[in-house]
Amino acid sequence: MIAAHYPALQIVVPLIAAPLCVLLRRGMLAWLITVAVSWLAFFIAIQLLQQVMASGPISYELGGWAAPWGIEYRIDSVNAFVLLIVTGISAVVAPYARATVDQEIPEERHYLFYSAYLLCLTGLLGIVITGDAFNVFVFLEISSLSSYVLISLGKDRKALTAAYQYLVMGTIGATFFLIGVGLVYAMTGTLNMADIAARLDAVENTRTVLAAFAFITVGLGLKLALFPLHLWLPNAYAYAPSAVTVFLAATATKVAIYTMLRFVFTLFGADFALDVTLLAEFLMALAIVGVFAASITAIFQNNIKRMLAYSSVAQVGYMVLGVSFFSVTGLTGGIVHLFNHAMMKGALFMALGAVFYRLGTVHLDRMRGLGRQMPLTMFAFVIGGFSLIGLPLTVGFISKWYLILAALERGWWPIAALVLLSSLLAVAYVWRVIEVAYFRDPPANHPKVTEAPLSLLVPMWVLVLANIYFGVDTSLTIGVAESAAKSLLGMGG
Amino acid sequence: MDFLVSHYNYWIFIFLMMLGFYVVVARGNLVKKIIGLNIFQASVFLLYISIGKIFGGTAPILIDGNGTDPVIYSNPLPHVLILTAIVVGVATTALGLSLVVRINEAYGTIEEDEISEMDLEP
Repeated sequence: MIAAHYPALQIVVPLIAAPLCVLLRRGMLAWLITVAVSWLAFFIAIQLLQQVMASGPISYELGGWAAPWGIEYRIDSVNAFVLLIVTGISAVVAPYARATVDQEIPEERHYLFYSAYLLCLTGLLGIVITGDAFNVFVFLEISSLSSYVLISLGKDRKALTAAYQYLVMGTIGATFFLIGVGLVYAMTGTLNMADIAARLDAVENTRTVLAAFAFITVGLGLKLALFPLHLWLPNAYAYAPSAVTVFLAATATKVAIYTMLRFVFTLFGADFALDVTLLAEFLMALAIVGVFAASITAIFQNNIKRMLAYSSVAQVGYMVLGVSFFSVTGLTGGIVHLFNHAMMKGALFMALGAVFYRLGTVHLDRMRGLGRQMPLTMFAFVIGGFSLIGLPLTVGFISKWYLILAALERGWWPIAALVLLSSLLAVAYVWRVIEVAYFRDPPANHPKVTEAPLSLLVPMWVLVLANIYFGVDTSLTIGVAESAAKSLLGMGG
Repeated sequence: MDFLVSHYNYWIFIFLMMLGFYVVVARGNLVKKIIGLNIFQASVFLLYISIGKIFGGTAPILIDGNGTDPVIYSNPLPHVLILTAIVVGVATTALGLSLVVRINEAYGTIEEDEISEMDLEP
């Protein structure tokens, strides 16, 4: 039965495809493999989610070694949903990558690019699927190392310094995480997540466990670009190749947030985090300051990719805000925003990638009058922007609705007001682009540009339509997110 | 005092960790930063190995062949884990240094302040 081995195949297929790309040494073949593997992974993720929703969590013993000794892959509604997000984005980014990679990366490095991309996909999926605390670190480093390589392939030389900066901060984050896992192991004598969760209660009030908790949350805070640990993100996203920006912006921070959810809720437990530590208060304060600081910085950026990167920091703030409520509604909002933000940022960065493909720059000045020259691309940007603001009928509205609901549920109406207020800042930075693209004349001294090729438009519009579809029909996203939130808070489901 | 001395390996771990961290933050030379990062990572290896050590413990090998001999042995798992982390550390260092080489080719310097000055010019 092949279906029984889907959890292993989810990781093994991209992992084997990556060296295969290097062996074949042909850019075209490597791309075909990447597309095929991404779609296969997406198919597997859908199957896994259906299995989980139908019959509860799946436990897979790797190599047939029983759980506490061997490595267990454990899939419940939380990570099945995140697997779906990561593979779904990869399934649209892979076809999109071809045209932009042809233009931005020298021909002889294409196969290496796709190989690094597949390794990054493997790492992200591995972090999500595994039920072993140390295994998370290994996959974290696989995805991080390959994403440093991917970012450094950008055309601008600033991509090199951005990748270097990310390497230093990412390594510090991962090492903090490693220290935390080591301390947890010292106290519990196990690395299996379920086992740790069962044994941690007895030693909860020791200083070692508190130190482990602090190291793990700060380390992951660096990886998920929680304000003020976000400094690596804007440059990394702004100067990476277009396809890489789309992929990382839509998946990497989400996976880090998932890891934080898993460690805080499943391993340490919500009660521990609430009673013993000040995590909720810390997260809420940092999330709100982050949303405002990053949104305001975004308004003053002229490089639009950099603007959206700052907006990503702000959106991470919304997700963390949802988590910091420690309630079903709040967590639902945070988890559903993982999905929704992947949709909107994917669409927006794809539109910018198409602009870069035609213009060779994403500077605001050069985008004057682009609404008429690239109507489909810019209209995609407009809808993505509306979603970012949170207008009704888009996914962004759903996320903010749940966040505000969660705030009101606790009676914290100032938080609800701040969420609304911060949306106005999103209006400000999205409007700058719309105004320039639609209400200004194209620069006279530059050659006319035409619409982006179909291979860029189709994946872009798939995500744009997803923005609208999941903004209207929320039964899938909210349903899964709610069940995920309940299982994290230990209420079954 | 006894606590300080008996846990000296942990104090060395903390000292090395802060030392490495300080070098990463305080130095502007990109190669020195990588060296600091290396010290920082190496300190964690020491932490893991300390966790696995038992006084008087031997290597975890069955001596009498049928496993009935009650020998105290060190926990081998942290050693195995840290082998993986060492590999990761080597890969990070290699990648970091190769990025420094590329940065030197593109900018002609590996001093952080000079690079950020050059980045400010359009």
